[in-house]
Formats: sequence, structure tokens, C-alpha cells
Amino acid sequence: MNTAGIQVRADGRLRHFLSTEGLTRELLTEVLDTAESFAGVTEQTVKKVPLLRGKTIVNLFFEASTRTRTTFELAAKRLSADVLNINVTASSAVKGETLLDTLRNLQAMHVDMFIVRHTDSGTAHFIARHVQPHVSVINAGDGRHAHPTQAMLDMFTIRREKGADFGRLTVAIVGDIAHSRVARSQIHALNLLNTGDVRIVAPRTLIPSHIESLGVRVFHDLREGLRDADVVIMLRLQRERMLGALLPGEHEYYQLYGLTEEKLSIARPDVTVMHPGPINRGVEMDSRVADGPRSVILQQVTYGIAVRMAVMSMAMQENHTAQDIHA
Amino acid sequence: MPDPSIRISGGRLIDPANRIDDLLDVCIAEGRIVSVGAPPDGFRADIELDAGGRYVIPGLIDLNARLREPGEEFKATIDSECRAAAAGGITTLCCPPDTDPVIDTPAVIELIRHRAQQTSAARVVALGALTRGLDGERLSEMAALQRAGCVGVSNALKPLASTYIERRAFEYAATFGLTVFLHAADTDLSANGCMHEGHLSTRLGLPGIPEAAETVAVARDLALIQQTGVRAHFCRLTTQRAVRMVARARFDDVPVSADVAIPNLYLSELDTIDFGADYHFIPPLRTQEDRDGLLEGLHSGALSALCSDHQPHEADAKLAPFPATEPGASGLDSLLSLTLKLVEENHLLLPDAIARVTSGPAAILNIPYGELGVGRAADICILDPAATWRLDADSMLSQGKNTPFRGWEMPGRVCYTLRDGRIIFNRDDS
Repeated sequence: MNTAGIQVRADGRLRHFLSTEGLTRELLTEVLDTAESFAGVTEQTVKKVPLLRGKTIVNLFFEASTRTRTTFELAAKRLSADVLNINVTASSAVKGETLLDTLRNLQAMHVDMFIVRHTDSGTAHFIARHVQPHVSVINAGDGRHAHPTQAMLDMFTIRREKGADFGRLTVAIVGDIAHSRVARSQIHALNLLNTGDVRIVAPRTLIPSHIESLGVRVFHDLREGLRDADVVIMLRLQRERMLGALLPGEHEYYQLYGLTEEKLSIARPDVTVMHPGPINRGVEMDSRVADGPRSVILQQVTYGIAVRMAVMSMAMQENHTAQDIHA
Repeated sequence: MPDPSIRISGGRLIDPANRIDDLLDVCIAEGRIVSVGAPPDGFRADIELDAGGRYVIPGLIDLNARLREPGEEFKATIDSECRAAAAGGITTLCCPPDTDPVIDTPAVIELIRHRAQQTSAARVVALGALTRGLDGERLSEMAALQRAGCVGVSNALKPLASTYIERRAFEYAATFGLTVFLHAADTDLSANGCMHEGHLSTRLGLPGIPEAAETVAVARDLALIQQTGVRAHFCRLTTQRAVRMVARARFDDVPVSADVAIPNLYLSELDTIDFGADYHFIPPLRTQEDRDGLLEGLHSGALSALCSDHQPHEADAKLAPFPATEPGASGLDSLLSLTLKLVEENHLLLPDAIARVTSGPAAILNIPYGELGVGRAADICILDPAATWRLDADSMLSQGKNTPFRGWEMPGRVCYTLRDGRIIFNRDDS
């Protein structure tokens, strides 16, 4: 994939963050290291730093989102940037303004960065190709294509839980891979970080064609897929999948693919359970697992802020050195 | 003003329909070919065209060209596209019925014919709608459309409501000997897809169109063609399996033919890798194996025609995230050169390549063009095979500049195009 070309500057630094695919292990590691410096010593404290003072960041969301938009907003504010939240479904799109017109109008207000979410795959790439040279674009989810900051906060969580050596890890991603941008970005990131064994687990209706070409092993049986797993990532199942004849219903899905304590016992004793949220309790997993000792679902949300601070500051790095960030 | 008499001398005449490939002169009078070889006794040419070192071939026939008029004149007009066609050596364009209004009444046909006559460039023939307003449910007045000059009927890219409707539409068309032109797509399977379903659609997260969307439709259509005896043509097949199904049916004497669009012979799903909207096609670009299968079908004759699938767009139509862009490419300017390039790349012999854009489509449309026999309308393209040119917005005459072939070096340059014995294009430097 040719996305490295547009994401990375001539000197190798990050310009846009559109997809984990096409980046290097060094860059992903730099994101994780930088996030670590923001996360602070204790999990719950995040330092406010003046790195992006005077910068204007636009949350350009064409699709509803609470969690992602909020964490991006918090991250931007902790970097001292000015933040503008624009919910486009409710404004320009309705008036018939094209995406490019919306973008040009906002750029005319001297914006430095766009955080973009859109239902169409490729939207962040499209915007990145049309912004002014000083403007950066961060993909906050495009169609089924990519959600790279979510994937990076998941990598951050795994590194915190399991250490930096991904080579000895077995990671199982369970659920609706076909419709998941998160899964795609996770798979690329896990492979870039040299994860020993990346597995996906789902019925065939929820697995997109040729998924093996992304570097995963495919399982249809949850118990087999969980065997000796160090990390289990459960994906959200949208209710509308039942209407599209992809599944007979939630009952059988839970029977076969729902994560219970009993099934989890097949994984390694110190297994870490993750979920990008929001959870459907009793569909993807039993509440006892979601709230249990192996679950790090709430930590993921917390780490999301530090990881998004890292990505934003790296993409806006031109006016300060890496040392400033880590200071 | 009477049409001038013309002698084209010294050129290499390639006329696949009559199995001619030789240095022969052609004489034209009153719009028709009056001799191939020695001129008739007492022939006096008003115009002498020296074709030394050049090819003299039948004017091209493009089976599928959207002219955007009536309805979408901001994309292109009959005038702009007929002129672009003439400059590309094309003398006959066949336009599908999905104009606005739809070609489901004689009045729309009349309008298109009138506009094309005003332009005096390429000739336009049209397919009538198979169902009213292309709604897929109510049969159109096919007999009236045929009387008005429609060369076939089609539902363009729109689906039929059921196999029942399809059966009845085929039967009704067969009543009048009308050929049905089919876009083979099971819309339940293609749904909201915007590219081939495969490893790249998975990678890009774009909704895919599975191969079976085409093969299921071809299987169903073939069954109904056999049931009803209608003559049918599959437009723009994209998969190797579908080509083989059609080849098998032709072997079994089912009255069916098929064509392929030029982009599918040069490009594949892999070209979509950067979400490039110029590679957004419906039906989509498929795999490299499919591309090989299409080339094989073109070589064997299972695919008896090659079309541009011309879809000119205004610039904004391609300036959006991939799924939101409009599919299709502007293809009139490059049809001839990309056909010649197939010869250059050893996929086809020169006479076969020319047949696929002349006599092949003429047979499918059942129109008396695409060959250079004595008595035929003088539709002729004279081209310099040694000249090359670069395709870009400046060199394209079509109003639509959307093409995935931008920057490509194109072999073969049209010097003159004649339609009905009139010079409708003359390159200044030729």
C-alpha cells in the first residue's frame, strides 16, 4: 500500500495519520513512546502541555460519535490547542455543499489540523490530498477502512499489559471483522509490531474475502481461536447485522462467539480482555468478563487521550523538536 | 451541395469483414464506396487523399457511449462527444437509454438524432428502454421505439424487478426481432458495492461487488434467452467465468454475444489502491486473472466487440471520497489507440483488433457499417500507425476529462475520419 507516501514527510516524520498500514515499526513505536510520556507516571493523570498553543484543530465528524470525538477534544485541549467541533451531518451536507467546499471554507479560517470521521472509506485520504501544505489530517474512522488512533491505543494497552516484545504474543480478534475499521487497523499495527500470532475468530459471514492476505490466521471456533491467547480483542456487533442475513440472531452468536469466563479459561491465565466499546453486554461478552479482573476496557479509554495527544503532536511537530514533546 | 468524390490512395487497407489487408485505393462517390482497388471507369476525384504509410480502416463503432444529452449537458453534449468521436476515428456511437428523459418514447430518439445531424460529426444510434422509465416493471412500447430507429433495447444499468418481468420483456422484444442489451449484475449481490470484492476491497474497507454478481446474472439471463429465443448481447463483461459461460453458450448456438470495455483490459482492482476515483468503474475492474480471461475471450472471439464505455464527467464528479464519486471514464479519445496498443502488446492480431471495433459491433447492432465493401456507406478512418501522442486534458476533445489513462503514450494518430463520404475530421498537420 502506498499510503506511507502521503502520511510521512520527506524527512520521515509523521504528517498525516490516516492508516496504520504503510507506516514503519519505528513510527508506531514513536507514537507509543510519546504517548507514554503524556500518560504520566500514574494511569489517571495526563499533563497539560503547551505544545500546540495557537493551533486550531477541527473535529470534522460526518458520522455520530461520542467517545472518539470527546477524547480527541480532550487530547487537543491538553496540548493547549483551540478546538472546533463540527458535526457536518447537521450542517453543510444538508445544504448540498460538497465535502471539498466544506474543507475549503474551514481552511480559509486558518485551521492547522482536521480530525475526520466519515462513513465512506477513503475520506481521510481524500481530505489529506486536498489540504494546504501546513495542514495535517488525522483519521478518526473512515467507513470500514481504518481507525488508526483506536488501533494505537489498543497497542499501547497491550504494551502496558504485556511488555514491549510483541513477538511472543498471541492476539485473537473476535467478532465482526467484515464491517470493522478497528480490526483492520489493529491487524496492520500488530503485524508491524511483529506480533507472533494474529488470529481472527468469526463465522464466515463476518469475515471479508482474502483476509489472510493481511497476515492473520482465521478461526471459526472461538475455543480454538482462544487457545493460549495472551490478548483477546472483542469487537462490537451491530444489531443491523441480523437484518442483513449475516447471523441468525444474538442468541446463537452469544452461544458461539460470546466471551464467557468458561471460554476465557482456554486462553492463558494472564490473558488480557479488550473491547473498543461500546459493549453489547450479553452479546459479545458476559458482564462478568467485561467487568472482571482481566478486562482493561476502561483503561483503553483513558489511554486513548494520551495516544491521541501523541499522534497530534507528532503530526504538528514542524515548529518544535522531539525533545520538547518528551520534556 | 453534393458530396464530393474522393480517392484515398497508397494506404494499407485493412477491412476484416472482407478479409482484406493490402495496399489498395478506395474511391468514394455520393457518400458510398464505389471501388476498392482500381477506380471505376471515368472516376474523377474532387479530393485526393494521400494515405501513403497509413492505415485505411472502417470507421469505428462504439457500442456504449454516454453522450449525456438530454439531461446532463453539464457533463457533455451530443455535439461535444460526436466531435470527439470523429477525432478518434469513430463514425458511429451507440448510446444507451439512460438519458434524462429516458429513451422510452420516439420523441427522445428524434431529439438525439436531430442534435447529431446538426453536428455532422459521428453518427448516433440509440438503444431504447426495455421498460418505461427504466423502472424494471412496465414494458416500453418497443415496436414504436423500433420504428423510430432504435437498434436494440436495454434497461441500461437498472435492474428488472423480477425474472418474470425479464422473461416477458425478452419475449416481447423477440416478437419484433429486437436485440436485448444486458448489463449482467445481480443487484442483490452487488448491492452498494463500489469495487471488486477481493483482497483489496478488504484492505481498503470498500464495499465489494463479488464475482458472482455477474456470473449469477449471466446464468439467469442465458436460461431466459434459451427459453424465449430472444437475441441478446451482454455489455461489458468483467469476469473470466462469465466470458467462459458466454463462450460455451455460443458454442451451443445460443443467440448471444458479448463485449468488453477497454479499461478492463488494461487495469485491475489493484489500481484502486490509493482510492483513486479515476479507477471507480461499474461494473468494476476485476482481478488480473479476469483481465487475462477477457483478453483470451477477445482473442477467441467469444467477446466479439470492444467498447469505450464512454462516461464523461464534470471534474466535481470525481472530487469526493471514493464511494461517493461517480463511476466511469471518458473513453472516446483513446478507444482507437488503446485498441492498437493491444496489437503492440501481442494480445491480438491487427485485423482482429480492428474487427472488434468495426465489424464486430456492427454485427451486434445489426447495422450496415463497419466494413469497406463496394456500395457501403463510406465510413472510413485513415490513421498514421507510427505516430504517438500523449493523453491529457489538452489532447482530449471529449468534454469529460476523467480518465485513468492520463499521461499514457498512445500509439496511432487519426489523420482523417470520413462518415457517409464526408470528411468529418481532418488533422491540420496531416
